[in-house]
Amino acid sequence: MKTDLFAHLKEWEEGNWTPDQGQAEASSLGPREEKEIKEPKKKIIRSLEKKELHISAVQYRVISVIVCLILSLVLIGTVNFLPGFADEDTPTTNEVYEHYIEEGRDQTGAVNTVAGMILDYRAFDTLGESFVLFTATVAVLLLLEYKKEGKKKREDGLDYRLDPIVYALAKFLIPIILVVGIYILFNGHLSPGGGFSGGAVLGGGFILYAMVFGEEKAVRVLSEKTVKIVSIASLSFYCLAKSYSFFTGNEFNGVHSVIGPGNPGDLLSGGLILPLNLAVGFVVCCTMYSFYMLFKRGRLD
Amino acid sequence: MNLLHNYEELVAMILFAIGFTMLVFSRNLIKKIMGLNIMDTGVFLFLASMGYVAGKETPIVPPTGQVEAGDYINLIPSGLVLTGIVVSVSVSALMLALTVQLYKRYHTLNLDEIYLKAYGGEK
Amino acid sequence: MEQFIAVVRILLLLSLIICAVATALSKRVMQALIIFTCYSLIMSVLWLLLRSPDLAITEAAVGAGVDGVLFFLTLRKLHLIDKDEEEAIPEEEEGVKDEN
Repeated sequence: MKTDLFAHLKEWEEGNWTPDQGQAEASSLGPREEKEIKEPKKKIIRSLEKKELHISAVQYRVISVIVCLILSLVLIGTVNFLPGFADEDTPTTNEVYEHYIEEGRDQTGAVNTVAGMILDYRAFDTLGESFVLFTATVAVLLLLEYKKEGKKKREDGLDYRLDPIVYALAKFLIPIILVVGIYILFNGHLSPGGGFSGGAVLGGGFILYAMVFGEEKAVRVLSEKTVKIVSIASLSFYCLAKSYSFFTGNEFNGVHSVIGPGNPGDLLSGGLILPLNLAVGFVVCCTMYSFYMLFKRGRLD
Repeated sequence: MNLLHNYEELVAMILFAIGFTMLVFSRNLIKKIMGLNIMDTGVFLFLASMGYVAGKETPIVPPTGQVEAGDYINLIPSGLVLTGIVVSVSVSALMLALTVQLYKRYHTLNLDEIYLKAYGGEK
Repeated sequence: MEQFIAVVRILLLLSLIICAVATALSKRVMQALIIFTCYSLIMSVLWLLLRSPDLAITEAAVGAGVDGVLFFLTLRKLHLIDKDEEEAIPEEEEGVKDEN
């Protein structure tokens, strides 16, 4: 009976047999057989869906060609009416930028006015930015983390310690990269760079280290505990420092900040900009490093 | 003509359009994420080119003396873009992690196949 | 000198567009990834010409370094390094199953 039914089903699928014939032959089908008859119907529905999907794919393509063309034309047409590139008198060069450049050095103490802007005038924006990075780390951790007992073997032949060129170059380059990163971090208020750039360079150096010398060695330098403590301490320090300057920056309540702008041009100047640069840099570095470790190993330790 | 004078903005718009086309047309999820990154850089290029003024210097002022705003380029767009670049990396990392999860579940990166497997009853 | 820098800028912008189009059109994902990394590198030189050195440092470290590594690691995790974009349904891989 069962093989019979399957033969019928196959015939039905090919179109040589309809359920009505079976109905005529066997007047009553048990509930189990009915269930099995539903199976090919499902298949038909699926093939219909595939056809529909094909039609909708064609529609999708046509509509998206139109949308892309219209979008490109509108964008390129807009360029025609923009103020000229590299011209002097555009609406963007207004009094805000003049204030930032002319008063920024004396008010914040930072020679690099970009650092003065993003870490003093607009520090809350940067705080939110650092929290975005931290949240992204947490989300990737939730998505990719897996705990596995025992040691995982190195999967393929990607052991760079056996590669003489990569090994020698990495041994030579990693200290330089780390020193450059630390330099960029500490001189953020004096020269181009700052928290974001220096943190990214530092994170890249640590990623190169973990790549070449193996993750087991890298976690001895930056373990899970270190990453957690450093990023959370940096974010809390940022919050506290900016709360302090928020409450003391108001000249009407009579409280004045004890941290002045200092002597512009010195390493220890610019008030809170240097520690805030360090905090942002550590957060960025930890974020980059933990992205790498999570994608490579699935865990931070 | 203004279109050729604003060539930097024009390239930024073309990059945005290329990225959008990639995002819409590519079936592969990883190519889609690359398209989104190209869109990002198009926006950044547009913002930074709005702040550029020919013949002016990087906004790093001397430690002493009078500062003239007319000697330096506009610093606000570069401050905005600086944070944007780092955030775009975390966005693409998050999307890649989601892609890995999708691949683990459906064993394909093609969006149509994923749709079929998710709603067509196939598992 | 101004003329020379303008010519360099236009050349860089043109190669930027070429790289973006090549990323969109390349069949293999790995190819697209390598071209995308070159794209980020060209972008970082362009930031330098726009008088924003901090952006250049960040883009060189992030766009050409970390972003490329993340994409590459994803491709390796999914065993797609030497496969086409249109690869339909690969066999169930050991490495992927292990991690579940």
